[in-house]
Amino acid sequence: MDAIILQVLNGLDKGSAYALIALGLTLIFGTLGVVNFAHGALFMLGAFCAVTLQRLFTLSYTVIDETQTDFLGNPKKVQIPYVESWFGEDFGHWLIDWSVPLAVLFAIPVMILLGFILERGLIKHFYKRPHADQILVTFGLAIVLQELIKYFFGANPIPTPAPEVFQGSFDFGVLIGFPPNAIIYPYWRMIYFVFSLLIIAMVFGFLQFTTFGMVVRAGMADRETVGLLGINIDRKFTIMFGIAAAVAGVAGVMYTPINSPNYHMGMDFLVLSFVVVVVGGMGSLPGAVLAGFLLGILEAFASMNWIKDIIPGIDQIIIYLIAIVILLTRPRGLMGRKGVMEE
Amino acid sequence: MGILEVKGVNKRFGGLQALGDVNLSVAEQSVHAIIGPNGAGKSTLLNCLVGKLIPDTGSVMFDGQSVLGRKPHEINQMGISRVFQTPEIFADLSVLENVLIPCFARRDGAFRMHAFETVANEGEINDQAEQMLADVNMLEKRNMLAASLSRGDKRRLEMAMCLVQQPKLLLLDEPTAGMARADTNNTIDLLKQIHADRDITMCIIEHDMHVVFSLAQRITVLAQGTPLVEDTPENIKGHPKVREAYLGEAH
Amino acid sequence: MLGLSKKDTRFLLIVIALTLLTPILLQPFPEGSGLAQFNAGYPDLMQRFAIFGIFAIGFNILFGLTGYLSFGHAAFLGVGSYSVVWMYKLLSYNILPGLILAVIVSGIFALAIGYISLRRTGIYFSILTLAFAQMSFNLAYSVLTPLTNGETGLQVYTDDPQILAGENSPTSPHLFGIVMRDNFWQPSVGGWEFTFNYGYYFCAIVAILAFYLSLRIFRSPFGMMLRAIKTNQTRLNYTGLHSRPYTLAAFVISGMYAGLAGGLLAAMDPLAGAERMQWTASGEVVLMTILGGAGTLMGPVLGAGFIKYFENIFSKINDSVLHGWFGWMPDGMEDAIISVSHFFVGKSWHLTLGLLFMLVVIFLPGGLVEGGQRIARMFRRKKTSDSDAEHHPKPAPHVGE
Repeated sequence: MDAIILQVLNGLDKGSAYALIALGLTLIFGTLGVVNFAHGALFMLGAFCAVTLQRLFTLSYTVIDETQTDFLGNPKKVQIPYVESWFGEDFGHWLIDWSVPLAVLFAIPVMILLGFILERGLIKHFYKRPHADQILVTFGLAIVLQELIKYFFGANPIPTPAPEVFQGSFDFGVLIGFPPNAIIYPYWRMIYFVFSLLIIAMVFGFLQFTTFGMVVRAGMADRETVGLLGINIDRKFTIMFGIAAAVAGVAGVMYTPINSPNYHMGMDFLVLSFVVVVVGGMGSLPGAVLAGFLLGILEAFASMNWIKDIIPGIDQIIIYLIAIVILLTRPRGLMGRKGVMEE
Repeated sequence: MGILEVKGVNKRFGGLQALGDVNLSVAEQSVHAIIGPNGAGKSTLLNCLVGKLIPDTGSVMFDGQSVLGRKPHEINQMGISRVFQTPEIFADLSVLENVLIPCFARRDGAFRMHAFETVANEGEINDQAEQMLADVNMLEKRNMLAASLSRGDKRRLEMAMCLVQQPKLLLLDEPTAGMARADTNNTIDLLKQIHADRDITMCIIEHDMHVVFSLAQRITVLAQGTPLVEDTPENIKGHPKVREAYLGEAH
Repeated sequence: MLGLSKKDTRFLLIVIALTLLTPILLQPFPEGSGLAQFNAGYPDLMQRFAIFGIFAIGFNILFGLTGYLSFGHAAFLGVGSYSVVWMYKLLSYNILPGLILAVIVSGIFALAIGYISLRRTGIYFSILTLAFAQMSFNLAYSVLTPLTNGETGLQVYTDDPQILAGENSPTSPHLFGIVMRDNFWQPSVGGWEFTFNYGYYFCAIVAILAFYLSLRIFRSPFGMMLRAIKTNQTRLNYTGLHSRPYTLAAFVISGMYAGLAGGLLAAMDPLAGAERMQWTASGEVVLMTILGGAGTLMGPVLGAGFIKYFENIFSKINDSVLHGWFGWMPDGMEDAIISVSHFFVGKSWHLTLGLLFMLVVIFLPGGLVEGGQRIARMFRRKKTSDSDAEHHPKPAPHVGE
C-alpha cells in the first residue's frame, strides 16, 4: 500500500508538468486552432526566467578582504552580491535564496508579453494555413528559441536550487497514518504539485466565471458564430495565447529545482505533452489535465522494479504504448469532442 | 423488382428517429426523385445507400445483392456512383487526371500496385477519359487545375467522373443546391441528355420542385423519416398529403 | 527511354550528370584561397548528400504525395543501420548482404507500423508514428541493448564471427573488395584539388536508382492515386478505390528508402547508434522535404543537400575565419559584425537553420523549387506581354519541375 502511494506521489510532479504544458497546448489549439510545437520552448524559457533572476540577484562585485587569506597567503577576494550591499545582508541573502519562487512573479509579465509578440507577429498569420504548416513554423521557432538560450546560457544544465527551507524531504507517510520512514517525499515536489493544482484551478476559474472566459469558451465551441455576434474574438485569442505562454512559463520556473534546466528540456517535454494532449482528447481542457496526471503516475508505476522485471523496458515506452492503444480504440482521446481534427 | 430495393429501413440517432420503416423501389433505367422538407431524412437515406451509414434494421438490395456492411468503395464497385451536394473533386489535380482516376478504378478495381506503369502510356484509358470530357464539353479545359474551375464546371466534372465509370445507378444529392436559375436549367438539360444517351438509372434527392418535375418519372415524398406517397409527378402535384407535409396545411 | 517521356528522360539525364560530376562541381574554389572552406567536394560530405537525398526522396513519396506527415521515419533509418552492422558482425564487411537485409527489415517494420498508424489521419497519424519511433529509440537504448549495444552503439569487434571474411578481406566496409573509404583518383588541377571516392560513387549510383524509381512512381497511376488521396480522400473512396492499401504501400516504400539510407550510412562508416532513431532525426527529414519543396521530384534532394551543406560549412566557420573576412574593416565595426555573426555560425548554426526554415514556411510554402519557379516565371513574364497572359486559363503545374 505504501509503495503504491509512493509511486502515485512520484508520478505527481512529472504529471503536473505534463498537465500544465498540455493545458496550454490545448488552450492554444482549442481557441486559435493552431498546433503549437513551440510550446515546449515556452516551458523552457520559463525555466530560464528563473535562471536569469538568479543570475541577476547574484551579480557581484569583488572586494579584497584583508582579514582573511587564501591558501597562498594572499588577501582573499570575496564576492559580494549587489543585492546584499543594497538591501542589507539578510534581505539580500533571502532574495537569492528565494529566487525561484520570486521568478514566478518575474516570469508572468515576461511570458505574457512574449506570448503577445509571438501571436501578433507570427502565429496570427497561420490561422488559415494547414496544420502541417503550423507544426513546421512553430517547430522552426522552437529551434530558434532553443538556440538563443543555448547561445546565452551554454549547453550544460544550470543548477537552480529551491529555497533552503524547502530543500530535503519530509515524512509524508506519518501524516496519513503509516509508520515512520514508509513514505519519504521531497518538499519541493509537493509544492510543485500544489502549485500546479492552483494554476489549473485559476485557469478553469477564469474560463468559467468571467465574461472573458465565457466568450473564449464560446469561441472554442464555435468560432464563426461568436465572430458574427460582433465580438472581437481575435483580441481575446491573443490574450489567451499570452495566458497559455504564462502557464507554460511558470510551470517551467517552478520545475527548475526538480531538474536543472538546460536548453533542450522544452523539446523533451514537448513530445510527451503532445502525446498527453492527444490522449486527453484534442481540444478538451479537463482531458489534458486528467491525461497529464494519469500518464505521469503510470510512468512512475512502470519504473517500479518488480514491474520492470516482468516486462523489461516498460518504463521507457509506457506513455507511447498507452497513446497508441487510446488512439486506436478511442480516437477522440479520453474526453475529446467529436469531429476535432478528424478530417 | 427494381434495381434498388430498400425494405423496412430504420435509423436512429440517439432519441431522434431519422428514418422510420422506409420502403423504396427504384425501377431500372428510370429517374426516381426523393423529395421532402428539410430534416425529412433524405440525406440519411442516401448515406445508408452508399455505405456511409449502416441502418439499424432493414435491408438495402442493389442488383440482387445486399449493400449493407460494405464500405463506400465496395458499393461503388458494385455500380453505384454518387454526386455530392457540393462537388467533391480532386481539386489539386488537372481536369483530365480527375477523369482518369475513375477510369483506372473501373479497370483495375479497388487497389492495384501499378507503380511501374505510366499514366501517359495508357492509350485506351486516356482516350476514354478524353471522350468523356468531350461529351460534357470540357475537353479544352483538360489541363486546367480542377480547383480553378467555375462552380458549374466543377459540377460537370463531377458528373463526368461518375459517368465514365458507367454506373448502373447514379445517386444525385441536391445537384442544383445553391445554383442560379440559369445554372440550374443547364444542369437539368445535362441530366436529361445523360439519361437519354446512356439509359442510366438515376435517383435524385432534391427539394427544388422545378428540377424534380422536369426530370423525375417517379417521386417518393419523405416526411419525418417515413415515405408518405410514391407516385408519378402528375399525381404528386396537388396531392393533399404532400401539400400538408410541405406547407403544414390543415385539412 | 526507360519508360519515360522525352522531357523526363532529359530531366533524369541532367540529374545523373550532376550527380556524377558532384566531386568537381562542389569544389569551385582553389585550395588555399579564402573561400576554400565553402568547398563541399570531400567524400564524407558528398556521401551524406547522396544518402540523405535518398532518405528525403523516400519520405517525399509518403508526405509529398499523400500528405500524411510521419514524424517517425528515423526509426527506419536506425533499423537499416543496425541491419548492416549486424551483417558485418556475422558475415563480413561486404556491404551488399547488409543493404539487402536493411531494405527488407525496414520494409517489414514499416508494414507493421504503417498498418496500425494509417488507421488514423492528420495529426493523430503524426502522433502515432512519433510514438512508435520514440518507443523504438527508447528500447534501443535500454532493453534491446543485446541487439543494439545501447549507448556505445553497434560496431564490429575482433571476436565477431564474420564467417564469410577470408584471410585477405578488407577490414572496413567494401563491395566485393572495393573499399568504400578509398579514393580512386585525386587529381590536382592548377590550384584545385578533386577527390573521387568509391564510397561516394556507390551512394551516387544507388541514389540515381532511387531517384529513377521515384520518378516512375510520380508518373504512374499509383502516384496519381496517392496525389488524389492528398486532395480528396472522400471522392477517392466514392470512386471505388480503397485508400488504405495505397497509403500503406506508400508508407512501406518510403520506409524502405529510409532503411536503405540508414544502411548506406553504416556502409560508409561501420557504426550504428540509437540517436539515429531519435525524433529530431525524423524532424530533420521533414525539414529537408519541406525546405526543398514537398511533392516535387527534385525538392527533397535539394533540401537534403542544402541542410547538410549548411550543417557542415556553417558550423565550421569560427572566429579566426570571421576575422579573416572582416579584417579590412575598421576595428569597432569589425567587432560588431563578428559578434552579430556569432549568432548564426559555428556552434549556433542551428539558429540559422531554424530562421531559414521559418522564412521558407512563411514566405515560400512550396520550398526552394517554388522559389526557383517564381524566379523563372519572372524572367519569362518579361519576355511575353502581360495583357494576353491573363486571358489564358491557368494550366495545372506539371509535377516535379
